[in-house]
Amino acid sequence: MKSGLYAGAAAAALLVAAAPSAFAQSRDQIQIAGSSTVLPYASIVAEAFGENFDFPTPVVESGGSSAGLKKFCEGVGENTIDIANASRKIKPGEIEACAAAGVTDIIEVRIGYDGIVFASKSDGPAFDAFTPAEWYTALAAELPVDGKMVANPNTSWSAVDASLPDAPILTFIPGTKHGTREVFEEKVILAGCEESGAMAKILEINGGDEDAAEASCMAIRTDGASVDIDGDYTETLARIESDPNGVGVFGLAFYENNTDKLKVATMSGVTPSTETIASGDYPVSRPLYFYVKKAHIGVIPGLKEYAEFFVSDAVAGPDGPLAAYGLVSDPALAETQALIADEKTMDESPS
Amino acid sequence: MTDAVTNPAQNTGPAPMQPSALTKRRYAAERRFKAYGVGAVAIGVIALLLLLTSILSRGLPAFTQTFIRADIYLAPQVLDPKGNRDRDDIAKVMTFSYTPLIKDSLASLANELKDGPVPQATPALLAGMVSGAANAQLRDYVLAHPDEIGKTVAFEFLANARIDQYLKGNVTRESAAADSKVDPTQLDIADALVKQGIMSKRFNPAFITNPDASENRPEAAGLGVALLGSAYMMLIVLVLSLPIGVAASIYLEEFAPKNWITDVIEVNISNLAAVPSIVFGILGLAIFINFMHLPNSAPIVGGLVLTLMTLPTIIISTRASLKSVPPSIKEAALGVGASKMQSIFHHVLPLAMPGILTGTIIGLAQALGETAPLLLIGMVAFVRDYPGPLPGGLLDPATGLPVQVYNFTQRADPAFVERASGAIIVLLAFLVVMNAIAIFLRQRLERTW
Repeated sequence: MKSGLYAGAAAAALLVAAAPSAFAQSRDQIQIAGSSTVLPYASIVAEAFGENFDFPTPVVESGGSSAGLKKFCEGVGENTIDIANASRKIKPGEIEACAAAGVTDIIEVRIGYDGIVFASKSDGPAFDAFTPAEWYTALAAELPVDGKMVANPNTSWSAVDASLPDAPILTFIPGTKHGTREVFEEKVILAGCEESGAMAKILEINGGDEDAAEASCMAIRTDGASVDIDGDYTETLARIESDPNGVGVFGLAFYENNTDKLKVATMSGVTPSTETIASGDYPVSRPLYFYVKKAHIGVIPGLKEYAEFFVSDAVAGPDGPLAAYGLVSDPALAETQALIADEKTMDESPS
Repeated sequence: MTDAVTNPAQNTGPAPMQPSALTKRRYAAERRFKAYGVGAVAIGVIALLLLLTSILSRGLPAFTQTFIRADIYLAPQVLDPKGNRDRDDIAKVMTFSYTPLIKDSLASLANELKDGPVPQATPALLAGMVSGAANAQLRDYVLAHPDEIGKTVAFEFLANARIDQYLKGNVTRESAAADSKVDPTQLDIADALVKQGIMSKRFNPAFITNPDASENRPEAAGLGVALLGSAYMMLIVLVLSLPIGVAASIYLEEFAPKNWITDVIEVNISNLAAVPSIVFGILGLAIFINFMHLPNSAPIVGGLVLTLMTLPTIIISTRASLKSVPPSIKEAALGVGASKMQSIFHHVLPLAMPGILTGTIIGLAQALGETAPLLLIGMVAFVRDYPGPLPGGLLDPATGLPVQVYNFTQRADPAFVERASGAIIVLLAFLVVMNAIAIFLRQRLERTW
């Protein structure tokens, strides 16, 4: 037993001694982190990249757009990630944080568009058609009534609009750490606020303060009618399956993989599909991005090849595997390809 | 007492063996307590059975997979456009170009089906039943055997997840009608192919050995990288925490002076054992990655973090088992002239060994199931390349079994549900093996005094 213990101690010492030699070893695989919406696309590309090139398969982490960009902005070097996936554009504050840590040359790559759909259980109440105004009226924390802001009194969809089913309002929306939440607030709630005329009334009440009015529009009620989902769409799906009255906010790709369990509602009369999103008819869509550290190109093997491969026609084009999964391919893909070929950073390309 | 029982007639007056009311109440309380105990055990057993049946019924199908046999014509004009059979030129043909090969080679089969059992069959529908992983399988084969280009070669491909789920009974014609990823005609084709023996479901060892796969091909996803990653981490935890933990416990228990410093250390060790595991992840990120510059997603960092997490458990259990060795044994050793160190290493430690091992295995089992600390050090990720052999492989990216379970549950495709349960079965098997080793060692080392 004694010799065993000593052997263990010796092995431990060896291990600790071996660790510093790691510092010298260079990283040869690409490391990616960020949006859970982009994760499936990134993993499809990473898999195909590993199969088709002699480079190792990139490692893709999830965790949300903000978390990914924060990691991305930690600095330059093999110890930091090379690419951040984001389901929204990088914010000026994040660019500043990046610059402060020495991450200056960032290449912005738009990979395509993603639709946000509103779906409910296939055998639940007939939620077939929504408008942004209905969602605003159902979910706003306070509504302007007779020149005053009052707490949202609506408890059922039929109270919001007679055309909607008589079911209690219960929605599952993405939590605030998701990039999807911002798009939802901006393109559904804020748009609905303006469309329903509530915006004008709020401006009247508060004396024309637009910022405050926007903030008031986008404040979601917290009395339980709307539930923030901080996990992934699988969690939203599980909540809807256990409560047939629920309406959930999903990505188009997720819905398309679960059409046997979910039914989708039209938004302003348009059915979400890759075609209506590509044409811009469906109102709730957003571009998806990834951000590349230019300083890492040439240091991490295969980085530029990966970026080029990602937006190549065979992958991100309308007949590629990404479109098969649910990505709406970008009509301006050729421009993105040229941008990567020239390694144009955000400062050099007007966007 | 026996007299009283055998000759009850002789008892006059108040029967002395008639239990009093108090005694009756005491007996009743005892019976009730026994019933509570049986009930408690029964609830535990039922919970365990429910858990096991649900996991096994959902997860066991993951170990079988549907395969399609097909003869593929390796068309030279597609695979080797320059016609020189040079590996580098063949490698330029990407996996996407292999799709038409599969479709063309399936055309004759589709025509057969069309004239026979499934009139609506088309080559595109048939090709759609083959997994996306088939392209990579074909390309790997062509790159390894460039001489076979131009010939027709028999392959066995994975069937796509929806078809596989149909054969396992999870996809029905009703659900397929509403499903955009599968056509009901494909289900008819599947029935016909099964009848002809071209399609079959069989045991799939690749579920254990394959790396993870992307959302487009759940049928190809496996646990290889996660298993290796978990094994590497457990190795590090064992190699580091056992000697450190045992040395610390022996010192604290037998050598350390009893003063306020050791008291503070003792209290802190007990507190550390109760610290949420995510805290160790934050610590690991700060120390091992940001300060020591160890790589992200590497089993060495995961192992070190889990070691920190496991140490308090091992120290506490080791100290308890050292304490449980009767002091007379140590005193006898000291009495015949052994030094303090000799008495401990020759007499106390061997007797405490079964307890130490049990504590270590419990600590390892706990570490094996941890996901939270790994989240912060980049191990909750999509990793497809196997980590290299030891010791260099400790620095390569990898995941762990619980991480893989978590990853599978996040995926959109319903076929990942059975793979998540399958991964749980493998994780449980891993635990059972570890516990079996512990029991075996304990029985071999068990000594009585």
